[in-house]
Amino acid sequence: MTTLNIKDMEIIYQHPDALIDISTHLCPGCTHGVAHRLVAEVIDEMGLAEKTIGVASVGCSVFAYNYFNFDFVQSPHGRAPAMATGVKRVRPDRIVLTYQGDGDMISIGAGEIVAAAGRGENITVIFINNANYGMTGGQMAPTTLPGMKTTSSPNGRDVEQMGYPIRASELLATQEGSSYIVRRSLHDPKNIRMAKKAIRLAFETQARGLGFSMVELLSTCPTNWHMTPVNAAKWVEEKMIPYYPLGDYKVHPAISELKI
Amino acid sequence: MTRELWKGNDAFAEAALRAGLQAYFGYPITPQTEALEYMSRRMPELGRAFLQAESELGAINMVYGAACTGARVMTSTSSPGTSLMMEGLSYIAGTEVPMVLVDVVRGGPGLGNIAPSQGDYNQIVHGGGHGDYHPIVLAPASIQETVDIVYGMFDLAEKYRAIGIVMIDGSIGQMIEPAEMPPMLDIRKDIPEWAVRGGTGDDRRILTSIFLEPEELELANIRIMKRWQQVEQNEIRFKDYYMDGAKIAVISNGSAGRVALSAVRTARAEGLPVGLMRPISLSPFPENAVNEIAKQVDSILVVEMNSGMMLEDILKSAQGNANVEFYGRMGGMMPLPDEILGEIRRIAGTSTPPIGHPRDRWLNRIESIVQ
Repeated sequence: MTTLNIKDMEIIYQHPDALIDISTHLCPGCTHGVAHRLVAEVIDEMGLAEKTIGVASVGCSVFAYNYFNFDFVQSPHGRAPAMATGVKRVRPDRIVLTYQGDGDMISIGAGEIVAAAGRGENITVIFINNANYGMTGGQMAPTTLPGMKTTSSPNGRDVEQMGYPIRASELLATQEGSSYIVRRSLHDPKNIRMAKKAIRLAFETQARGLGFSMVELLSTCPTNWHMTPVNAAKWVEEKMIPYYPLGDYKVHPAISELKI
Repeated sequence: MTRELWKGNDAFAEAALRAGLQAYFGYPITPQTEALEYMSRRMPELGRAFLQAESELGAINMVYGAACTGARVMTSTSSPGTSLMMEGLSYIAGTEVPMVLVDVVRGGPGLGNIAPSQGDYNQIVHGGGHGDYHPIVLAPASIQETVDIVYGMFDLAEKYRAIGIVMIDGSIGQMIEPAEMPPMLDIRKDIPEWAVRGGTGDDRRILTSIFLEPEELELANIRIMKRWQQVEQNEIRFKDYYMDGAKIAVISNGSAGRVALSAVRTARAEGLPVGLMRPISLSPFPENAVNEIAKQVDSILVVEMNSGMMLEDILKSAQGNANVEFYGRMGGMMPLPDEILGEIRRIAGTSTPPIGHPRDRWLNRIESIVQ
């Protein structure tokens, strides 16, 4: 029998310090956990844990403060960008992030997010788009795809009756105050790596005082989609990405020149 | 310091920033807008945070965020804006962070009008937002009193980690009278031990109003209510005028109380045994003081610029020890001293105890008075 001596091996991957090592309330196969980890890795790489204040929202993201290893406040439903604004305006030297789902950010909180982007508020928004209200059991969200069945659109989203899904990145990119608006996906390793880089650039945008940054992350919700995690990832690729194209919607020149 | 002429809305804004205000977030609404405008000039001048929010929802949540950092922070608004802020106020109460709100009350319900009213009494004093909490509510009757109360409200809010609300009506916001400004205090540099400021590991701080386990939430509810008991013990405020030997007590707060005082003075000059009690703390309410008055007098006349909202607190406090009558004007109308004087004379000239609820009796009389 050969024994493997790991003593002298270099550690290249480990649990991020900015993420607390506990099990989460999130469902198996849900990509919230991936998004949490990416944010934590970026916070560690940039050495920001001691100067970051997070703003949790309402939805599956409500317990973000239990998992991130830095100061957090908890916002009312949809109001995280306003609350983050209040924090940032009195503590401009801190890094302030909100972590919001689609129902929170672009339905009940549509006013707050557009106003924050318009002001060029120097905060970073991590936006999880999984096309439904996960926490309350899978109701139709503003991001629910046409024809998609949810518990409140049991026959599929009928756009004649219920209107069309809102594309938040495209909308926010029209704002002069927005400096970094991109959409990424968490459905496979390549896209996850791209998502991490985008999160890094969003925080770099804030650290440089360039204004509003938002990373939209297409995410899975296997439980409410009634799919296996693997099929859910495939569904993101085949159904969500065509409606929500991945890409950079607005990037400040100082950030596009940045080599990370 | 000297007395200067101040408009109410400007005066409370100046008083707040002299109290070391670090951030103001607001939204334009009449009859409060001058305060927002005043802050938009003065706060940046002093290097402090000012922001006109996208809505009252935005404003109260900006206040919430800033309050979580331990900063001295406030907003001001008027009744429909206060209704919108109720969500945020409940969260702020649940998170136990201090803040100050000045509500410049106007006529309602709905869009109502922009004239002076006390129609926010119920939503401010008896709750408003969901859940178990009480804000500290003080109701001044002049610009000087507004200045002094706003100046001191930040200390009160911080002492009890509570919401401090200064409720004035549109007339106090809009009128101009002499007032002396208090001295300018320094901005506080220390960060309270509960506030978020960037920390990790054992030093991490979380501020939230969610307690998913009912057992935990109940403990938080008990903590908040026990702290409220302290407020009830320490912070009752009211003023008595001509109450010595009075057999009729007018009880009235804010501007209505000020108008009532004119009527009481005239009635006293006529030889009628009448006094005035003006509650200043509406929450906590001076229940014991009202109860003592009810034992002293034959009749109490409650005067308000609403349909008898404080009246319910008076009835509860009086516990049947005196006849209670009510006189109110609504819709942005202010009572005139002569109207109140007429009520005092009517009560003084009646010997038979009235029947039914004072609000019903008032509603039976009021149309002939206003038409």
